[in-house]
Amino acid sequence: MSAIERRRPSDPRIPVSPQLALRVAIIGGVTMVLFGVIFFRLWYLQVLSGEQYVQQADANRVRDLPIAAPRGQILDRDGRSIVTSRTTNAVQIVPSEMPAAVKEQVSAYEQSLSEAEERHRPAVERVARFERVLASHHRPATKAQLRERRRLIRAARTPRVPIPPLPLSASHARRLFARLGRVLHLDWRTIDERVVEGVTATPYANVTVKTDAGLGPLTVLGERQSEFPGVIQRPVSIRNYPYGEMAAQVLGHVDEVSPQELEMRAFRKVLPGTIVGQEGLEFYYDHYLRGKTGVERVQVNAAGSPVPSNLASTPPLAGHSLKLTLDLGLQRESEKALLEGVGHARASGKPAVAGSFVALDPRNGQVLAIGSYPSFNPNRFAKPLTTAEYAELQGSGSASGPLTNRAVNGAYPTGSTFKPITALAALEAGIVTPTEALGAGRCISVSLQQFCNAGHTEFGAVGLVKALKVSSDTYFFEVGKLANPHGPVIQRMAHRLGIGEPTGIDLPSEFDGTVPDARWRERQNKLELQCRRRTHLPSCGIVSEPRPWTVGDNMHLAVGQGDLLIDPLQMAVAYATLADAFTNGGEGTVVTPHLGMQVEEAEGGVVESLRFPAKRHVHLDHNYLSLVMEGLHEAASQSGGTSAEVWEGWDQSQHPVYGKTGTAQHEPLEDQSWYMAYIGDPKRPIVIAVTVEQGGFGAETAAPIARLMASRWFGKPEKFVAGSSKTL
Amino acid sequence: MSPLSPIKPREEAPISPRRTVWLPLDPLLTLAVVGLGVCSAVTLREATRNLIPGDPRFYVDRQVVYLLVGFVLMLALSRINYATLRRLKNPIYATLLLSILAVLALGHTARGSQRAINFPLFSFQASEIGKVLLILALAALLVERARRLHDRDTTVRVMIAGLIPAIFVIAQPDLGSGMVYMVIAYMLLFIAGTSWRQLAALAALVCLAATFLLVAAPAAGVHVLKAYEVNRLTAFLHPSSNKQTEGYQQQESKIAIGSGQKTGRGAKSTQVSLNFLPESHTDFVFAAVAERYGFLGAGIVLLLYALLIWRTLRVLVMAKDLFGSLIAAGVAAMLMFQVFVNVGMTIGIMPITGVTLPLMSYGGSSVITTLLAIGLLQSIYVQARASAALKGRVPLY
Repeated sequence: MSAIERRRPSDPRIPVSPQLALRVAIIGGVTMVLFGVIFFRLWYLQVLSGEQYVQQADANRVRDLPIAAPRGQILDRDGRSIVTSRTTNAVQIVPSEMPAAVKEQVSAYEQSLSEAEERHRPAVERVARFERVLASHHRPATKAQLRERRRLIRAARTPRVPIPPLPLSASHARRLFARLGRVLHLDWRTIDERVVEGVTATPYANVTVKTDAGLGPLTVLGERQSEFPGVIQRPVSIRNYPYGEMAAQVLGHVDEVSPQELEMRAFRKVLPGTIVGQEGLEFYYDHYLRGKTGVERVQVNAAGSPVPSNLASTPPLAGHSLKLTLDLGLQRESEKALLEGVGHARASGKPAVAGSFVALDPRNGQVLAIGSYPSFNPNRFAKPLTTAEYAELQGSGSASGPLTNRAVNGAYPTGSTFKPITALAALEAGIVTPTEALGAGRCISVSLQQFCNAGHTEFGAVGLVKALKVSSDTYFFEVGKLANPHGPVIQRMAHRLGIGEPTGIDLPSEFDGTVPDARWRERQNKLELQCRRRTHLPSCGIVSEPRPWTVGDNMHLAVGQGDLLIDPLQMAVAYATLADAFTNGGEGTVVTPHLGMQVEEAEGGVVESLRFPAKRHVHLDHNYLSLVMEGLHEAASQSGGTSAEVWEGWDQSQHPVYGKTGTAQHEPLEDQSWYMAYIGDPKRPIVIAVTVEQGGFGAETAAPIARLMASRWFGKPEKFVAGSSKTL
Repeated sequence: MSPLSPIKPREEAPISPRRTVWLPLDPLLTLAVVGLGVCSAVTLREATRNLIPGDPRFYVDRQVVYLLVGFVLMLALSRINYATLRRLKNPIYATLLLSILAVLALGHTARGSQRAINFPLFSFQASEIGKVLLILALAALLVERARRLHDRDTTVRVMIAGLIPAIFVIAQPDLGSGMVYMVIAYMLLFIAGTSWRQLAALAALVCLAATFLLVAAPAAGVHVLKAYEVNRLTAFLHPSSNKQTEGYQQQESKIAIGSGQKTGRGAKSTQVSLNFLPESHTDFVFAAVAERYGFLGAGIVLLLYALLIWRTLRVLVMAKDLFGSLIAAGVAAMLMFQVFVNVGMTIGIMPITGVTLPLMSYGGSSVITTLLAIGLLQSIYVQARASAALKGRVPLY
């Protein structure tokens, strides 16, 4: 009994052989080590890396779907809408409610996409390697290298991967798409392709099959919802340009942000799929207009179907409205006037292929109207354009198409509208005196060249005011000749007034301009020779033949011809500077022309007033300037003046017109018609620039357009009066 | 001789201090079993809520029934003297082979493998129950040859007796159970006292075979294992988030476990409830525990397994005869292999082999097999206590 009591009752010992004890101990030891390993691993996973796995779990289940923000309106200076956003219903397909066959199709497509990418990786790497080699040479690539680079890039372009066909067994899906197609007037294959591509691009998001289906189909879909499972209607915002072609190049258009654009600084933090501005003001002021995309957070299960949850969504922030300096009335009238002028020119046998106009407030640079012909309807960009349509808009070769804004990107010689600048430069430099009579005869001969008046008219030797009034070419040829030994006198004056440099207008692109001088010519010669050496071509076309600057070049410049290339906006800025200095005793400002006035809340209320400080101040001799302006006024008001006929019946005492015609020659094409005008008014002065390519003489086409614009601006009866002056 | 009833010696016991009303069972072993059963039911109730729409209790109800049936079978088995099973060695082995062959011949296919025969009321997974049958048959074989343990012949016979059903099971294909069979055979030899040399030679042979199956044979174009099996076995070496690849499941399992953190995500266990982790009620049930109840819950489950294995080894040592020790060794091998391989697989340090987590994973065959094995342990315990009491070493309860 006592022997038993000494043992603990629950511990029955039986003799265990030492060998068994050892082996069981080994098993026990291994077990303990394994439990230790598992505990340490669990500690590592759950306690040390837990946060990171929580994030991964959330990334698994949470899908962020973008909610598009309504884009801000664009308004004219009085708050009238120029660009709006229209809400319409889009027909969308919910991918998770599609039959399994469609999902299989999507994964097959994804598979072949990634395979194609994989196959193309060597080609892409070859391009990168070649570009590294090119960059390492530190000198411009040769033609052959560029050709090779283009070939490699073409080879590296991922080919279009065909969408695998819907399996034959998927009759359910096919019937659904066919039913939907009949309502929307689409082929069932088109619908299937859009669904597959859409799901591949943004999984879980609904796929838009048709945006603007029209009332009929939408009603059908709404009433017979049960026949179209997985097909829904969602309100979407569409950009609307109610005035169609009006100021289309200036306003721009919108489109989904492209992968290239996502890398641009302007589109930082923009989500893929966002609608952003392309071109024009839509692009320039995009960060004000686009608002902030909202996020709908959806919980999905492993199959990708949404599961109810209480995840918080971020509502979108509507974009701000942009108020412009444009005057809607003047803008519409100007567009109409330009068309009318083009029509007149065509009626008299001129091609009048293109034109543009700018109206500025000379005091502050506000653009009151700006337009370019031919134009296009930006509403066309709501639907994807075909390559052919886009090529037509862009124009081919040297002939730029409707997308080009000729008012800021046209590169033209200005003809006689340049003469006031020549005159002022010569007076200030003391090359001529106001009364000095020059330019007798029909032509001037310099070495073997003849420089003649238009139509070989004889104006006689005239003083400065008369020379401007009648636009005597021989006078200004003489001035150009006299100025040449003094260096770039005319060029310097042009630069002071804002010609030959970007104006700084709030548009994505504008032309720099060229005001030729001896140094410029030297530079061009050098470039041409370099290019010829590199390419072994007989001519690169930078200059026709390398030659030094001649007095003839200066004489051509003096009348706005030769190598002078500027756009109408720069001319408008120069005339605005003259007008400003004229009204302020010689103290003028070179304004920064601009279209944006202020940024407003969608409901009204100013967010930000846009400021465009003047580029610089210029001091001009008021006496000389007054003489130049007198010449311009006489040209527009007194009989014998180049545009006097055009302004017949205009109250010159109330609104004095200072106008200059121009006729730029483009052998062998028809001349380009120009007109520049400043019309004085204490409250609403205006500078107008009009040009019509291949439109004939300035007084014939451009000046009447300017009068129509001025009539509208000052509320006068509108009348198209074509002038007969045959001056350049 | 009729089966030795534990009742009789109790009445003959000369030194019984007092009678108790306690069931003669190993209390700690029983505690581990009940604890794991409760953990299984609690975990499955949450993890399978969304698996069958409209029937959130489908899996948990069945699992509770399996556990209860298994528990009753365990109690019944603990009343039987396991020693009688020794004489049934040959019928048991024959049943094992026939049931596995029957499955191959007329079994129904679940996810590409034939593992079960459908009976009117339940489907029966032969490879699971075969584990217990194999333990009994091999233990009996070894006891028979106890005096010739050092013969190479004995080792070869035991290994071949284990290999034959293993090959048939692997052909089903059920690689996991096949591996369990081999581990059981090896463990029995180890505990029975086979020489170290022979054990080492066997281990080397296994390594060679594995190399051959995974590397050499596929390279030579002979596919002994199915391609997906090879992929699964090697996937843990290169986890991936691609749904199409084998590493996906393991990656999702690691996310589920890791996101459980210290105390679990509770109702926010989205990896399981939104089905990102497939098979979270069967092979990956440990991940479901770890996500929902965190390091704490996973730790409790692991401690229960530690308790279970410790008690199994304890029974091994205290068994009254070699047969009992060997049965306990076989059960220990089965439990240890399944626990470590299954848990190791969910935490990404072991390949995916498709072995269940004993008592936790949903499935009648697995639960009942495990409880039958534990019933044998209880029987060994009871007999050991009875025998010790007879010899006067311990009071009987």
